[in-house]
Amino acid sequence: MAPDVPADATKTRGLRAWIYKRFPIQEFISEQLTDYYAPKNFNIWYFFGSLALVVLVLQLATGIFLTMFYKPGEATAFDSVEFIMREVQWGWLIRYLHSTGASLFFIVVYLHMFRAMLYGSYKAPRELLWLIGMLVYFALMAEAFLGYVLPWGNMSFWGAQVIVNLFGTIPVIGPGLVEWIRGDYGIADATLNRFFALHVAAVPLGILLVVMLHLVALHQTGSNNPDGIEIKARVGPDGHPLDGIPFHPYYTVKDIVGVGVMFVMLAIVVFFVPTFGGLFLEGANFEPANPMSTPEHIAPVWYFTPYYAILRAVPNQRMGALLMFLSVALFVFLPWLDRSPVKSMRYRGALSRGALAMFAISFIALGYLGLQPAEGLYVILARIFAVFYFAFFVLMPWYSRIDKVKQVPERVTFHAHE
Amino acid sequence: MRTSKTALAVAWLLVSATSFAATEAPGGAGADWMSWHAADDVTNTASLQRGARNFMSYCVGCHSLKYERYSRLGSDLEISPEELQKFLILPGDKASNYILTSMPASDAQTWFGKPPPDLSLMARARGPDYLYQFLKTFYVDSTKPTGANNLRLDATAMPAVLSDLEGLKRAVFQDEKETGADGKVMTRHVFNHFETVAPGSMSAAQYDEFVHDTVNFLDYVGEPTQATRRSLGIWVVLFLLVFTWLAWLLKQEYWKDVR
Repeated sequence: MAPDVPADATKTRGLRAWIYKRFPIQEFISEQLTDYYAPKNFNIWYFFGSLALVVLVLQLATGIFLTMFYKPGEATAFDSVEFIMREVQWGWLIRYLHSTGASLFFIVVYLHMFRAMLYGSYKAPRELLWLIGMLVYFALMAEAFLGYVLPWGNMSFWGAQVIVNLFGTIPVIGPGLVEWIRGDYGIADATLNRFFALHVAAVPLGILLVVMLHLVALHQTGSNNPDGIEIKARVGPDGHPLDGIPFHPYYTVKDIVGVGVMFVMLAIVVFFVPTFGGLFLEGANFEPANPMSTPEHIAPVWYFTPYYAILRAVPNQRMGALLMFLSVALFVFLPWLDRSPVKSMRYRGALSRGALAMFAISFIALGYLGLQPAEGLYVILARIFAVFYFAFFVLMPWYSRIDKVKQVPERVTFHAHE
Repeated sequence: MRTSKTALAVAWLLVSATSFAATEAPGGAGADWMSWHAADDVTNTASLQRGARNFMSYCVGCHSLKYERYSRLGSDLEISPEELQKFLILPGDKASNYILTSMPASDAQTWFGKPPPDLSLMARARGPDYLYQFLKTFYVDSTKPTGANNLRLDATAMPAVLSDLEGLKRAVFQDEKETGADGKVMTRHVFNHFETVAPGSMSAAQYDEFVHDTVNFLDYVGEPTQATRRSLGIWVVLFLLVFTWLAWLLKQEYWKDVR
């Protein structure tokens, strides 16, 4: 449909008319916001997409300021972070916002992904939207790992050691690949400098690109919703979906409330518990990198520990690395593993619901176990939960097909405000 | 290897200490050292000032605070430039200098086997409770080159430099037999209590306050902005709550129209 051309735009004089003639700003606003119809039955799970975008902006903004004072290099990195914390005006705030923002990014993204699994958002016609989203997730993981190395604390150093060595388990090219990544025979100055370049330039550019593509794909198919109904199938006389409302102003005002709630939580962590009991900033990382002294327990930050637990649950290192890689990659195949005729869990049966609940519990349990030492009962539990984790994906084509589903209603479930 | 050995030792001390506490009434002096808390409070400026005095009298001979300037310490701890110059700044240093020990690292390497660590971030790396327990669990051990050992950090390279104040104490260990899961009987050398060998110049309560103030000061140095951070945080959170409430009212207004 043609966007409404504002009265001003037809004028031949004035600044707005001047711009309008040269740049399609009006079309952009109307296509992306005022004339973009979203289902009216979004619930709390639908905040996390826009929140992820807000956190991305937060990380870019704080990251730019950190880059002004951070000095990559073995001899300077750790000191420059402490300089930021102590002597740069508001440096401590910028640094805590960035370090807390990293954890917040994963909290928001994990909830965003879980939403998609809850309401079948990855199913046709949104497979490509899901795949591009997975690219965002992979880029984000790379970005987080690279950034974690930069403060050059002892956990940065040993974390990098463990993660980079994983590439060494690849047959034939492994050892050479590890050396190529490090740029040296060990994690060293060269590694830190290239990780800095990748963290502040290459990967953020990649993230911006795939996030943009993610939005383009979203606006092509339109959003899914908690009922898993295609609202475009029922269009009113005005050509708009009957169950849709314009994204702006309805969802912009709603999302601002979500941003407010998220910022309250962010502020509570940043101002009162910035290390979050060692979960967001570990004690061992307040000691400078020391190749001669290994921290008591080497563990990645919490957002990688589910996969780390899987890695350590397998006795054979190469097999463990392969399964860990697989545990991340399996999300990619969800659109084709899921054979259910309905999208939303609201209309699925006990099998699908039980499987998803089991998956969520396993993911959290593995996350906890990845933070514990790899010994005794912890390893046994990690093996059990790893089996559940993989079973969720591998058995999906079977249980999603035989699962009893309910009749999906024609219109979305919505209770109007008073 | 050494770290993991220490970790093991600490872990079994922890396990045995808990089992000890569970089976017997509280033991002798120091039996509960694992549960000692630093009770740090960085808003207690008087305590921080005393801690700074303690540090400059007893610690700076070997340890630096390489990220903290004298002037920063002065302004944060409400110490006037004159008092700072008179009581705290080392001879030859300026207020704008970082607090650095004058002991050469190469000599320290020869004397102690490794240079004493910089203490700027020690409270953040290990936690105030760790430092508090460390400074209070030195004991006489003639098998060690320094003549002293420590419960918190076994085989520490640091001599018992505060023994003039605290006095000397001996650690009494007990052998405890324990049957493992495989049926083997293992003997463990478990700390039981401290015995005073020679009193120091301070009473137990005075020494406790001395350690408390010093650790409190190191907690402050670990993150000098932390008091500001907390007091500012209250206002930021209050502002954001009001903002969120207004945003919610706006949202309610708009969504009245959605049927």
